[in-house]
Amino acid sequence: MTINPDQPLKFSPLHRLQWEEAQQKFVILYPEGMVELNLSSAEILKLCDGAHNLGQIVSELEQKFAASGLTNDITAFLDIALKNGWIQQP
Amino acid sequence: MAGSNNLKITPPRWLLAELTYACPLQCPYCSNPVDYSNYPSELSTEDWKRVLSEARKMGAVQLGFSGGEPLTRKDLAELVRHARGLGYYSNLITSGYGMTEEKIVELKEAGLDHIQVSIQASTQELNDHIAGTASFEHKKKVAHLVKKHGYPMVLCVVIHRENIHQMPEILAMAEELGADYLELANTQYYGWAHMNRDLLMPTKEQFEQAEAIAQAFKEKVAGKMKIYYVVPDYYENRPKACMNGWGTTFLTIAPDGMALPCHEARVLPGLDCPNVRDSSIERIWNESKAFNFFRGDDWMKEPCRSCDEKHKDHGGCRCQAYLLSGDMYAADPVCSKSPDHHLIDEAIASARNSALTADEKPLIFRNSKNSRQLA
Ligand code: SF4
Ligand code: SF4
Repeated sequence: MTINPDQPLKFSPLHRLQWEEAQQKFVILYPEGMVELNLSSAEILKLCDGAHNLGQIVSELEQKFAASGLTNDITAFLDIALKNGWIQQP
Repeated sequence: MAGSNNLKITPPRWLLAELTYACPLQCPYCSNPVDYSNYPSELSTEDWKRVLSEARKMGAVQLGFSGGEPLTRKDLAELVRHARGLGYYSNLITSGYGMTEEKIVELKEAGLDHIQVSIQASTQELNDHIAGTASFEHKKKVAHLVKKHGYPMVLCVVIHRENIHQMPEILAMAEELGADYLELANTQYYGWAHMNRDLLMPTKEQFEQAEAIAQAFKEKVAGKMKIYYVVPDYYENRPKACMNGWGTTFLTIAPDGMALPCHEARVLPGLDCPNVRDSSIERIWNESKAFNFFRGDDWMKEPCRSCDEKHKDHGGCRCQAYLLSGDMYAADPVCSKSPDHHLIDEAIASARNSALTADEKPLIFRNSKNSRQLA
């Protein structure tokens, strides 16, 4: 299972992405479990909204953080997210 | 007080709300106290709302509505709605008994995130025998409805000697029902299960065979279904890290409002567990004797005190140490370094003997009559 760069990415309806005030962190919530996210992972997941594909996520984040060469890191994280079922592709 | 005073206290993350001890089923491994009939009083809706609000404010985010059977509470949807408003992730832990499609829809609208349905076996005959109530067909229907309405679903099957041979069929059933997660919970021997241990504990061979089947299945369904496997700790040589460390993560509130660091902790003597009717969650968590009792490791005796693994398992389960050895400060007898480890070997031998001789002793089912007799 790897990311198809042409298709949009969507956050899984069976999980919830949420800001936790007490932890000062974004977390993914799912049945009886929770994953704590660092800021960059949360930024990537927020763009998995069913409208952006891989390239669009990369360019949007590179612009936002005035950085370049983020493709590999973002792809690696999205692969993990897909394997864990946090995101989906049609 | 045994707990250490200068310890950094982490806030609760998990709130287990045991709404009621009432349950139409009678599972002989039920995790409710054997003497549950002594605690018939239940918190009011307003009390529960306050508990949810206070625990959320401290940082609790995962919320389990359990019991007994939480569906017997008329205010369940109201509590779910309150929880959603606070930002909890709400899990409903149900036998499915008494669930209807309208209720599933109503709870979804109220903001329920997940439903865990338990099934006792893969056949009607065995399910209905273990549950003590005809419920198999209804449970399967409920599982289908849970998926139909878009919930993530955990299917929970408690594993013991009566159903362990059904492992392949249980796995097939989970697939057929569309479970997103399958919890294969090897029986933990507390309370009712402890009383029935000779009849419930599988032999080592049975357990190893079942585990291999489950493992192969796990690989087959990777990406589609996740397996939560609760190990049978009697066949391990290190104990489980009970509750992730006492008073670090989990807060259980019993139906009568008693706040417990672990849902078994009522059995431990001298803990004086506090009641949410008398104080706030914050005071209970930070200041009460019970929640500080086994925090940190100052309370430990040998062999745990000088053990280099004590940060991994915290000496194991306090309730199991007490239940088996009579000493709640002792190492969990599951540990091979424990001087009481022979108790585990003896329990295994006794259950094995019972399995091989086709023990005629009946299972003791969890119901009010038995509870009153045993209390
Ligand atoms: S384990 Fe069985 S008897 Fe106990 S509360 Fe759950 S469904 Fe009811
Ligand atoms: S001796 Fe105690 S701390 Fe060490 S492994 Fe055994 S139970 Fe854990």
